[in-house]
Order: sequence, then structure tokens, then C-alpha cells
Amino acid sequence: MNFFSEENLEHAKVIIRRYPKPRSAMIPLLHLAQEQSGWISNDAMVEIAELVGTSSAEVLGTCSFYEMFKRRPVGKYVVNICTTMSCALLGAGELMEHAERRLGVKSGGTTADGMFTIEGAECQAACTEAPCLQVNYRHRYRVTPDQFDSIVDELSSTDHDVPDHGVLSQVRQHIPEDRFVGTAPPEDVTSAPVWMHEQGSDQ
Amino acid sequence: MTGIGGTPIPHAPGFVANDTPRIVTARFDYEDSYTLERYEATGGYQGLRKALQQTPEEVHSEVRDATLLGRGGAGFPAGVKWGFCPPGVWPRYLVVNGDESEPGTYKDRLLMELDPHQLIEGCLIACYAVGLSQCFLYVRGEMAVAQERVAKALNDAYSAGYIGKNILDTEFSVDIILHWGAGAYVVGEETALIESLEGNRGMPRLKPPYFPAAVGLYGQPTIVNNVETLSNLPWILEHGAEAFTAIGTESSPGTRMVAVSGHVQRPGVYEIVNGTTTFRDLLYSEEMCGGIRNENQLKAFVPGGGSAPWFTPAQLDLPFEGSQIGPEGSMLGSGAIIVMDETTDIPAAALTLTKFYAHESCGKCVPCREGGPWLEQILRRIVDGLGTPRDLDLLFEVGETICPGDFPHAAVPSRGIEAVPFPYRMTTICFVGPSAFAPIHSALTLFREEFEEKVAGNKNRTMIEVAVDV
Repeated sequence: MNFFSEENLEHAKVIIRRYPKPRSAMIPLLHLAQEQSGWISNDAMVEIAELVGTSSAEVLGTCSFYEMFKRRPVGKYVVNICTTMSCALLGAGELMEHAERRLGVKSGGTTADGMFTIEGAECQAACTEAPCLQVNYRHRYRVTPDQFDSIVDELSSTDHDVPDHGVLSQVRQHIPEDRFVGTAPPEDVTSAPVWMHEQGSDQ
Repeated sequence: MTGIGGTPIPHAPGFVANDTPRIVTARFDYEDSYTLERYEATGGYQGLRKALQQTPEEVHSEVRDATLLGRGGAGFPAGVKWGFCPPGVWPRYLVVNGDESEPGTYKDRLLMELDPHQLIEGCLIACYAVGLSQCFLYVRGEMAVAQERVAKALNDAYSAGYIGKNILDTEFSVDIILHWGAGAYVVGEETALIESLEGNRGMPRLKPPYFPAAVGLYGQPTIVNNVETLSNLPWILEHGAEAFTAIGTESSPGTRMVAVSGHVQRPGVYEIVNGTTTFRDLLYSEEMCGGIRNENQLKAFVPGGGSAPWFTPAQLDLPFEGSQIGPEGSMLGSGAIIVMDETTDIPAAALTLTKFYAHESCGKCVPCREGGPWLEQILRRIVDGLGTPRDLDLLFEVGETICPGDFPHAAVPSRGIEAVPFPYRMTTICFVGPSAFAPIHSALTLFREEFEEKVAGNKNRTMIEVAVDV
């Protein structure tokens, strides 16, 4: 029990308070768990279930649907090489082969030192900059095999700013207390918002 | 963990300016386009101020008059969609679809990374006009930088009084909550998006009801709008519907963002005039893509994202006008053009798309869950030289179980084949299943000889004989 650190537990409660129903916070909390430990353990899912008021099986159900949630440890840097059409037309296949050779693991595998996981990924919304890849969901554009080698060298050094796997946005949304409108379960809201001035406001 | 400025990265590349009037990309030239300071200095939040001086109904009418077509794929007019909220049912929500993941599509991420305040202002205008009491901004999981830019913009806009209680000292109050996806293409479908936002597996809901505006998030009226659609609203409110409809054509006014990828000289994201710009303008003009790479010949192109049936040079003079593209057998979809030159191995190219949709099936509908992977496997063995002529018919047979009847395709004038108009019939709840078949159908209809060549060596042989040989 007590998977979340004290600070993250506080943040989890702040997130839950933003949704009309706590269960909506499930994916954000799974991301928070992955940010804390790099992957999502059963302990994490049990605690999330308690926080949002559902069963751990329900949390597993949601967690297992989404590709970004890893239920076993992965490398410190997850390298996603896009293999969809635009990248494939411009050398994604060769890039993947090169990556597998350079790191000595097949797509889906993690290097023995736990540094890198390579994955064949689907379209990353950078199609004009093909072939592209992401390191922990941060893009690298028009990557040649040589550039791939420099990316690996860069990540193996300490001189880079890519956070460890699990960290997505390094900026958290902060809503000042005096500006937060707040929310309520939908069944508790029966009237139009005040600026709609009920009469004549229904289209 | 809570850095202040986020990852220090250069501007996301890809955008190429041209002579088009710039509505949504107007600030892209500034290095600091994503900051509140730049936004305010370049007319930012003026559309919201104008909106708040009018009644919600007046704002809604302005947007309806602008005929702002949804930029996510379906192209449905936003103002009309907003009107589908059943009267007197509260609360209503806004869900922003920032789950851009259609193969070839690259525009919403640019809008979120380079001009997040424009999107926020658009959200606020929509909430005000339709009486939406809370907004959820759903950003695709695999876009860490977009999440950082949007989070920072939201924080700044809250502090400056643009979001939250009593916005700009009026009675209008709304929260915008940043939400993340976690890697699932199908969540771009609006009912799957809502399921995901409720904390569930992202599976599309059974239809009808067709529009979440009637029954959406928690069963309440919910407007789901695309990032680019909402990003147009500040301009429309500031300059008026008339100025918007003066650009483009009557049925497709304004501009739209398109991403051209693949074998062109200058792949890029372009803001183009809706309705009048043709594919030839886009692919061949000097200020845009500058023609096919290495002066090669154009073989085929995907006109509207990976789900769209393909076009060939015979369709180059069609404009970006939905009412003209549909009858010609395809769709404009999400503004993604993928270009294939004469060197392209067509069956292999089709496989990269079919693989995508087979992989992204959520598993709810059997024809898609089973059919997608079957299509992928059959096509893969053809590409690998293990297919037999019988496989070509088999692809159509499997496709028929997902999309019964004639599947849309472009005309092939050289062979006297006429176009079959969009859309298709389908046995699945959403378009993921048919999308696995679309590239195969196009490739086989337009370039059958390339498939025949790949299977010719295995004529009169069974699959098992071929496999044993290998």
C-alpha cells in the first residue's frame, strides 16, 4: 500500500477534484504513477482504484487498453520509431534495422543495462519531418542512421534534457484557488450556467 | 519534476508560409508565439472580449454564419453541431479533441505547441456561446511538448483572468482542465474520446445517438470539437463571419491547414485557401511543395489522411472542396496528403497503413478486430512474395465483411473505370475497420498489376507449397 509519494498523493487529490466524477481522473493518475516509477505496478493500480472509488480490476482494464502504460519496467529512454506510411516511404524501415543493430535488441526489447527500449510506433504527427522518432515522447525529426547514433551517444551522456521515462509534461497545470470555478457531479446541476440567462437561451 | 518553462526545444518544424491569408498560423513566425505576452501583443483575446459584449445566441449565430466546417475529419459545420444540444438539459460540456493521430496528419500538434492561447480563446468562445460549463482539453499522450506548452498557457491565462471565475470581470465563468491521452488512435473518434475521459477503455459507443451533443460525457450534452476548428474562433469573432466567408468558397469558407508528406520536394504544413486551392496547386506550385522529388513522376496520393481512398494524377485538379471530393471517391478528412512517386512499391505502401489500422482496432466490433489483422497478414505475405493469385480475391472477400457493397474509389480513365462516390457502408461502429481496407482497396483497384506481379511466381501453387518452399 501507499504507492504514491506524499507530494504525488496531494497532487492526485488536486487532479481528482477537477472532474465531475472521480473516475475521470484515472488516466491522469496512471500517468502520475508512471511518472513516479517509470512503469505501473499492481500496487499503483490498487491505490488508484481506492482514490477514484473503483476496483483495481477496473483500473487494470483501463490501464491495459493504452499503449503508453507499461506494466513492467522499461528502459530509462523509450525510443519510438515511427513505422507508418509517411516515415516508411522515407526510410523508417532502414532506421529501425539500424537501431536494432546499434542497440543489439529487437523492436520491443530493452538493452541489458536498462537504458533503452526500442519500439516500432505508429504515426507521431510529424509526417512532414520523416523519418521521425520520439525519445520519451519528445520528437526527433528527419533522423538518419548517423543521427540515430548521435542521439544514443547524447542520451548515454549526462548532457541532455530528456527526462526519464514516465515524465510527460514537465509543467503541471496549476489552478489558483481564487480562480477555480469548481465542479459538481452532473446530477447535481439542473440549471443553465448564469451567463445563459435561462429564458431564450435554449437554442 | 515541476520545471517552470518545460523542455527547452526549438520551434516544431514543418510549417511553410505562403501567400494565403493566415488565420490560424498568423503567429507562427514569432519565436515566442506560444507566450501570453506575444499573444496579447498580436491581438490575442480580442475575439473573446468581443464575444462577451454580445449575447451567447449572437456569438452562436456568428459562428453558424461563418460555416466553419469541422477540421477533424468529418467536416461537419461547427455552428450546426453546437445547435444539437437538447434545450434545457444541463450541464453541458466541451471536450477538445487534441488526439491527432490519423496517419499523415500534422497540424493540431503545431497549433498546440505554437499558439496554445489561440486554442484556449477558441474554447472560451465556444463555452460562452453554447453554455458549456466545463471544458476538458484532451491532448494526445505522445505529445509531451504540446502538453507543456498548453499547461503553461493555461496557467498564465488563469493568472491573467482569462479562465476561471468571472472571466474579464463578467459573469462568465468556466474552467479548462488539461487531460492527457495514453496512446490509442481510436480515441480520436468522439464517442471513444468521451469513454476515455470517463476513465474507461477507449471504445466507441453504439450509435445512435450520432452526436454527443445529445448524449455525451456522463450522458450529458457534450460538444466535441477539433483543435483547428476551435483555433479559428478568435479570428471569426474578431473579424466577423462575413470576413471569414469572403475567403474560400461558399460551402467551404476560410482556410485550412494541410500537411503534405512523402515524396515531394518540400514536405510541409501549409495553410491554404479552402474550397479553391487544388491538389495540383499544393503539390506543384513553387511557393508550396515545389513538385515531386528528384523530378520523378507522381504515382498516387492519399488526399485526406490514411483512412481516405487514394487519388492518382487524374484527380490533381480537384479543389479542397468536400462536395467535389466525395463524388470522386474519397474525402478531405484531416488535411493530410501523403505523396507516392513512381519508385513506390504500392503493395508495401498499402501495408504500412493496413498494419496501422489493424493494430489500432479497439476490439469491440468483430469484423474490424478479426478482419483487420487478416487483411494485414494476407497483404504481408503478398509483399513478402509468399502470396498466390487467390489472395487478391481473398483481400476483397475479407474487406466485404467489413464494408459490404461497392467501396469508394477514384476513376481510372486509362482503363475506363469510373469513380465510386464516398462514403461506404460498414458493419462496424466506427471507421477504424473500413480504414484497414481502404488502402488495400485503393491499391488493388488502381495498381492491380503490381499485386499480380508479386504473386505471379506462385500461380497454380497452394499457400502450403509456397510456405514449404521458403
